[in-house]
Amino acid sequence: MSYLRGFYLLTAAALLLPLVFPDNYYVTVVGVTAALHAILAVSLNLLMGYAGQISLGHAGFFGIGAYASAILTTRYGWNPWPAILAGLVLTGIIAFALARPILRLKGHYLAMATLGLGIIINIVLVQTGELTGGPDGLGGIPTLSLFGWNVNSDLRWYIVIVCVMLLVVWLALNIINSRSGRALRALHGSEVAAEMMGINTTATKTGVFVLAALIASLAGSLFAYQQSFVSPDSFSFFFSIELVTMVVLGGMASTYGAIMGAVILTFLPELLVVFEEYEVMIFGAILMLMMIFLPQGLFVGIQSLLRRVGRNRSELAGPDTGEPEESGRGAA
Amino acid sequence: MKIHKTVSMLTAGMLLSLGAITALAGDTIKVGTFLAVTGPASFLGDPELKTLQMYIDEVNAAGGVDGKMVELIHYDTGGNAKEAVNFVKRLIQKDKVDVIVGGSTSGTTLAVMPLVDSSKVPFISLAGAVSIIHPVQKWTFKTPHTDAMAAAKIFGDMQRRGITRVALISGSGGFDKSGRAQSLELAPQYGITIVSDESYGAKDTDMTAQLTKIRDTDAQAILNFGFGTGPAIVTKNVRQLGITLPLYQSHGVASKKYIELAGDAAEGVRLPAAALLVADQLPDSDPQKAVLVAYKSKFETAHGDVSTFGGHAYDGLYMALEAIDRANSTDKAKVRDEIEKTTGFIGTGGIFNMSPTDHLGLGIDAFKMLEIKNGDWTIIQ
Repeated sequence: MSYLRGFYLLTAAALLLPLVFPDNYYVTVVGVTAALHAILAVSLNLLMGYAGQISLGHAGFFGIGAYASAILTTRYGWNPWPAILAGLVLTGIIAFALARPILRLKGHYLAMATLGLGIIINIVLVQTGELTGGPDGLGGIPTLSLFGWNVNSDLRWYIVIVCVMLLVVWLALNIINSRSGRALRALHGSEVAAEMMGINTTATKTGVFVLAALIASLAGSLFAYQQSFVSPDSFSFFFSIELVTMVVLGGMASTYGAIMGAVILTFLPELLVVFEEYEVMIFGAILMLMMIFLPQGLFVGIQSLLRRVGRNRSELAGPDTGEPEESGRGAA
Repeated sequence: MKIHKTVSMLTAGMLLSLGAITALAGDTIKVGTFLAVTGPASFLGDPELKTLQMYIDEVNAAGGVDGKMVELIHYDTGGNAKEAVNFVKRLIQKDKVDVIVGGSTSGTTLAVMPLVDSSKVPFISLAGAVSIIHPVQKWTFKTPHTDAMAAAKIFGDMQRRGITRVALISGSGGFDKSGRAQSLELAPQYGITIVSDESYGAKDTDMTAQLTKIRDTDAQAILNFGFGTGPAIVTKNVRQLGITLPLYQSHGVASKKYIELAGDAAEGVRLPAAALLVADQLPDSDPQKAVLVAYKSKFETAHGDVSTFGGHAYDGLYMALEAIDRANSTDKAKVRDEIEKTTGFIGTGGIFNMSPTDHLGLGIDAFKMLEIKNGDWTIIQ
């Protein structure tokens, strides 16, 4: 179970933080957003990082989940839990129906198609005003409650969303280390070769596309209950791009990288507000520098940097120690 | 033991600095704001922020409020509702502001209202939608006129001209959609039938198709509810098609930019607008004139052409500061009560009279009906 070592560390850190700082703005407010972004980035990373299928429409599925929950609870008086489920079913059907025609495309064409998908979902949200509240959004969404325990404070939301994030990370790690995970990576390497090895590439691609969409939909539902308000601009094309940036910045094909990307991209703007009008400029410069000096992504980059330092040390100590073999999960 | 000592010293240091911060906070009045200074709604947020900064400097130069300096804490939402919610949480929990004046767009305002209500912080919004104050929410107020008021003003003018059949054309933005809904709802009250209800996309560059349809109806006037470049294109297209029906626009086009874009085609177009646009043309007896001319000249010397949006921020800021002054404290409940008691406050948007059932406090007379003549605004009533 060595591949879960990092997961235990992450769990400990995520659960300890609110104990140490129960009322800290950066933990219970920004932390919740970061965890939500991490869920989305990890799911997108399954598709982009491992299977090598780019998606510029991930925010669309996030939006479907959010709006399904928002509409069913406010307009039809549903209980929040079945509304989440309904959102998942709807997202699953849409993703499954679209997966085959869309995933037949490759490279730029796939990017274009998913981009279109995201934009279409956004337009539908804006235009069906009677149902979605149009561009002004939809408010008054009730909060979740678990056996009489109302999720009504920032701290409680932190607990719920972080737990879901840990569950998603655990799921992702297990998938990657299973037979289907190896199939995904083979697919990324070469589709033809993967097929030659007896992998059903169409089914594998469809599966991972639907899974990523379902996780995004779940995150969307949680987001709707947490904010108690949804509007289409939270699910726009720009948010899809932000998610892709998180995955690339952290390091493709690394679940921890995706989490790191999500955390950095959520916290950086919060910390940079002190620079006021220069905020965006500094933000851009930091991203640029990161990509220039750590092109494989932060997490993977730092990992290999540490390994190199470790090797230099061991060379100094004695020539025979050799470098310790890391479990093979680097960038392909 | 060494570690223990360091930790306790650190804690002591932190406590001390915390104490210092709270002591400082006691001496200032913290006004929090979140505006769309960048992004597609920056034409709202930019003049709003400039206005707030300019007047807070002025208030501080004159000795502050109740001897306390006023401090502005600003975050840029880019018009994004999600960002707005996070920044308002930050304003309330981290910066511990006394009052919030902000929210350039209806979307960002509506998104933060549940939060403002549960945290019990007085909030004056700078956004248009009528749903912000209807139904009334205890802690939320607003200063801009609503789209329902604009529609009522327009229909009132049509009624006087004997127009009963109107063709409606609107865009796909939030402002447009809300205005369209209010128009459809209010028209029957003025004996007006909407004979055609057309719409166009935010980035459309030609509306002749929709207008040709309207030409084939028996409409006696065209009403265009919209924002940005759309209304200017509609105005041009109407004249290009040789349609001679009276054209009405909403207060969404109340800026010189619209006249520049539409050019000669804008001649004869009527629209409701805040008195700020025509400050110089007002009679000296108008109680608003002094405030308007002062704001206009101050803004124009510092930043160039004045817009009504900055005026909303002026109204919100002074209403909040006067309420704090009357309450003689920054106690949130007291300040809220005082904002609700605002009467006879002369702002750039009109004369405000708030009440527990009206958190805007403007009557329909706060709008002036304007007609564009010789490339400039003229008051017709």
